[in-house]
Amino acid sequence: MFGDAGFVTSRIEEAIGWARKYSIFQYPFVTACCGMEYMATACSHYDVDRFGAGLPRFSPRQADVLFVVGTISHKMLPVLKRIYDQMAEPKWVVSFGVCTCTGGFYDNYATVMGIDTIMPVDVYIPGCPPRPESVLDGLIKLQAKIQAQHASGRRPQPEPRPEFER
Amino acid sequence: MNPRALIQAVSDRFAEAVIACHSYRGDATVLLGREFLLEVARTLKVDPVFQMNYLMDLTAVDFSAFESRPSPAFFNSSGVAVGPRPQIPDRDPWPGPPGPARFVVVYHFFSLPLRHRLRLEVPVDEADAEVDSLTSLWAGADWLEREVWDMFGIRFRGHPNLKRILMYEEFVGHPLRKDYPVNKRQPLIGPLN
Repeated sequence: MFGDAGFVTSRIEEAIGWARKYSIFQYPFVTACCGMEYMATACSHYDVDRFGAGLPRFSPRQADVLFVVGTISHKMLPVLKRIYDQMAEPKWVVSFGVCTCTGGFYDNYATVMGIDTIMPVDVYIPGCPPRPESVLDGLIKLQAKIQAQHASGRRPQPEPRPEFER
Repeated sequence: MNPRALIQAVSDRFAEAVIACHSYRGDATVLLGREFLLEVARTLKVDPVFQMNYLMDLTAVDFSAFESRPSPAFFNSSGVAVGPRPQIPDRDPWPGPPGPARFVVVYHFFSLPLRHRLRLEVPVDEADAEVDSLTSLWAGADWLEREVWDMFGIRFRGHPNLKRILMYEEFVGHPLRKDYPVNKRQPLIGPLN
C-alpha cells in the first residue's frame, strides 16, 4: 500500500504546510502608529482569527511569525535582533508599514532604513499605515509562502536570475 | 496678569537680569542673563504675584544656521503665506534671534491658579554652554534638561543625573546642533544604511 515512499513524504509535507499556515502564532513588535491598524486588523471587524493568526504570543520562544510594526530606531535595533534570534525555527518575518520596509519618510540620525538591513523579511506590507485589507493580503501571501515551504522549514531556493548577477 | 503686565512686573523686579523682552503674538517673553536664572525662576514659582507652579516645557534653539539658508519652498509653492501679506501691516513683528549667542535655552512657565504664562529665554554661548539646573525647583525639569543635553549639548549645573535620554550612550555628538551632518549615521549594529 505504501510501496512508493516518495508518495507518503510529499503528502506529509503538504499536511505540515497546511497545519502551519493556519496556526500562525505571531509576535507583535509594535513601536508606533502602525500598531493602531494592527489592532484594527486583529479585532472583530477584520478578524485576523479567520486565518488562524488570532493568537499573539508575547514570548518569542512561542512565536512563529515576527510582526515588526512601526518605526525602528537605531537604539531599538539590538533588541529587535535579539528577539529574532530567540525565535525557534521555522520562523518568518513580516515587515508591517513603510517605516520597517524602507525607513519611510524618515531619513535621519535615529531611524533604521528598513529592518531588512539586519534580518531576512518574508513579506513586506507597505503603507503609512497599511489598511487592514493590505495586512490581510500580506497575511494570505505569507500563508501561501508557508504552504510552499519544505517540512524542515527550509525556504525554497530562489530561481536563478543570471541577468541580475554580475 | 496679561502678557504686558507680566513683562512689566518681571522687568521691574529684576531690572539688572532682564536683557530684553517682547510679546510676540501675545506670548510674554523675557530674555535673561544666565547667572540670574535660578533666582528669577524661584521667585516666579513662590511669589504670590506670579505663582508659576507649572514648568510646561524646557527646550533649546540653535541659531548658528539662522538665515544662512532660505526657508524651504514648501509653503510658497503650496500657496500658503509664510508670514502676513505685505498689504497687511504686522503691528507686532517677531524681533528676531536674540543677539550673538549661539544657543538659547527656552523655559515655558504656567500658573495654574492665576492662569498666566511666561516664556524665559537664556542665551548661551557655545564655548561655555552651561546654565543652572531647575531640578531643585521643578522635579519635572530632570528629563527635559537631559533631553536638551542629549540633543544640543548644553550642560546643566547641579543636575543630579545628566546623561543621554533619547540617544544611546555610544552616540557621539548632539544631533540637533545645526553642524551635525544630516546624513551622518551611527548604527549600533547593522550596516551604515
